Amino acid sequence: MADLSNNDEAVAAAIEAPVAAGEPILQVRNLQKHFPLTQGILFKKQVGAVKAVDGVSFDLFQGETLGIVGESGCGKSTVAKLLMNLERATAGEVFYKGQDITKLSGRALKAVRRNIQMVFQDPYTSLNPRMTVGDIIGEPFDIHPEVAPKGDRRRKVQELLDVVGLNPEYINRYPHQFSGGQRQRIGIARGLALNPEIIICDEPVSALDVSVQAQVINLMGKLQDEFNLSYIFIAHDLSIVRHISDRVGVMYLGKMAEIGTDEQIYEHPTHPYTQALLSAVPVPDPEARAHRERIILTGDVPSPANPPSGCSFRTRCWKAQEKCSQEVPVLAIPQRFQGQDIPAAHSSACHFAEEKQVVPVS
Amino acid sequence: MSIIDKTAAVPAPRGGDHTGPLLEVKDLHVEFHTRDGVAKAVNGVNYSVNAGETLAVLGESGSGKSVTAQAIMGILDMPPGKIPQGEILFRGEDMLKMSEEERRKIRGRKIAMIFQDALSSLNPVLNVGYQLGEMFRVHHGMSKKDAKVKAIELMDKVKIPAAKARVDDYPHQFSGGMRQRIMIAMALALEPDLIIADEPTTALDVTVQAQVMDLLAELQQEYNMGLILITHDLGVVADVADKIAVMYAGRIVEQAPVHELYKRPAHPYTRGLLDSIPRLDQKGQELYAIKGLPPNLLKVPTGCAFNPRCPKADDICRTEIPALVPVTEQDGADLPGRKSACHFWKETIHG
Repeated sequence: MADLSNNDEAVAAAIEAPVAAGEPILQVRNLQKHFPLTQGILFKKQVGAVKAVDGVSFDLFQGETLGIVGESGCGKSTVAKLLMNLERATAGEVFYKGQDITKLSGRALKAVRRNIQMVFQDPYTSLNPRMTVGDIIGEPFDIHPEVAPKGDRRRKVQELLDVVGLNPEYINRYPHQFSGGQRQRIGIARGLALNPEIIICDEPVSALDVSVQAQVINLMGKLQDEFNLSYIFIAHDLSIVRHISDRVGVMYLGKMAEIGTDEQIYEHPTHPYTQALLSAVPVPDPEARAHRERIILTGDVPSPANPPSGCSFRTRCWKAQEKCSQEVPVLAIPQRFQGQDIPAAHSSACHFAEEKQVVPVS
Repeated sequence: MSIIDKTAAVPAPRGGDHTGPLLEVKDLHVEFHTRDGVAKAVNGVNYSVNAGETLAVLGESGSGKSVTAQAIMGILDMPPGKIPQGEILFRGEDMLKMSEEERRKIRGRKIAMIFQDALSSLNPVLNVGYQLGEMFRVHHGMSKKDAKVKAIELMDKVKIPAAKARVDDYPHQFSGGMRQRIMIAMALALEPDLIIADEPTTALDVTVQAQVMDLLAELQQEYNMGLILITHDLGVVADVADKIAVMYAGRIVEQAPVHELYKRPAHPYTRGLLDSIPRLDQKGQELYAIKGLPPNLLKVPTGCAFNPRCPKADDICRTEIPALVPVTEQDGADLPGRKSACHFWKETIHG
């Protein structure tokens, strides 16, 4: 027993320590989450699994924003939950400062959770309507009293309100007295309360009006500079992801299809799915209407309970060949681009990766 | 081969003897009487749509774009809603003066609507074939069997694979994109002259959105329908619209053909919306953001409703409501179809 708690202390100490220079703050390796499908009422037997996340790997560095895009059902939100340790991973590791957090529990897990916080999509349902704003933002301090001593909390909450651009006098108001954009600011303030190092944002602006979206995006950029935060920014709006992200990962059916810097992904995509996704985004410029090539994918995303063999995108891909149904493509720099110093040389999980310009360059 | 093909071969007498726009909304007002006071959702909206034309109504939530559409369809909850003044002319006839019986004949048959959320707009306990066939049974008095045949044809029309096998499926068995196709099929069933699409793709992924918008455009061309597209997505509007009406706090603040509007907006609100789109050359910089919040409809600001958020606001904006006036070139030359409700439209477009 004593041994175990000692180990706990050591992990907790490692988590409190600053991240070594040049090392990623978060390393995700072959992360998997399979939800079992069962049959029968009394004697449940497993008949299959929904492979929501099926082998995802990426790194996140300090002060950087990693955007994750993909259609609904591709597993982006499950990845967020796994990183928060809200769901237990089926397999794979998430290293936070070198510690695998998927296996942690007790004190060490609590310490990790303090440093990784989340901002949710819907500011209408993610705030408790019966709690005042002060209680909502101050609640994290009940669990981690070391951050703010009891007498100091009110001041701390008011400070946070000020940081996110709300009037500190609103501390006794209830969520329904705020508009959508203001509520999302409250959600961000709650995420900031414990001085985390990583904030996972799951569609933070998609429920907001266009004119308010820009305000919240600007706020998030400002906070990142101020507190040296790392963001994982999950969204389906590709232009907003490009604006805020340093690197972008494209997910399809529980797997990472392509990952690279924003320029590599948006201007030199090599995976057919990324190309189709980018070409489907409506461009707010009527002049582009005529001379814009669009790749319209046919059909729907296959069920993650029964994904196609080989490459999971092959059922909708116009390049699919025999090889695609037999071999699962690995996420790596494609052979033909290896060793070359060109933007197309980034990780892409396609057997026939090739560059294709899809976004009109103005 | 099919009943639909036969009817399609003899095009319905579109337009009739009426010349002029298909639908014309004139000075429409809608208000809601609530316990907290009167919420003025629509304050004098004017717009028109011709056959084969796409009008995009752009606005944030609470701008009155959906309420206007509901008033046109005649599905506004009254009470608490009330239409104190205004006209909605369909082929020159004021629908607001018609009897409920006459309106029923237009609704679905002449004007149909596509809603945003297909899952909550379809009845979960009836199969889609029954719901599609209902249009034919109710409006044309068709038998159940014939109606089902027509339902299958419609599903084929909107490119739902294996329509015959899926006609007895329930809405939850379809994906979001397929459900929206069923909504479109339902709206198209009686080959209406005008379709109102209220955020038809907002709940869909971009790849599916592209499929659905393509389908809608194709069908619109085939039937030469008028389309009112209600949305807040500036990208979708640029892709499909012919002309645009921008709404703010229950008023139209700017009207323009699509190319003109994106090139040089004549209202500070439109300009703000366009500037807040993330652009490539601005990466890493702050996005332009319209400050403040959309107004509370119970307490619309005096004068121009946009004045508390407007960078150009002056004293006159706080006292006088700007009228929707024609916009001209610097030298006074006409700009057909362009209107702006701003005291300083000249500075906005030319300055």
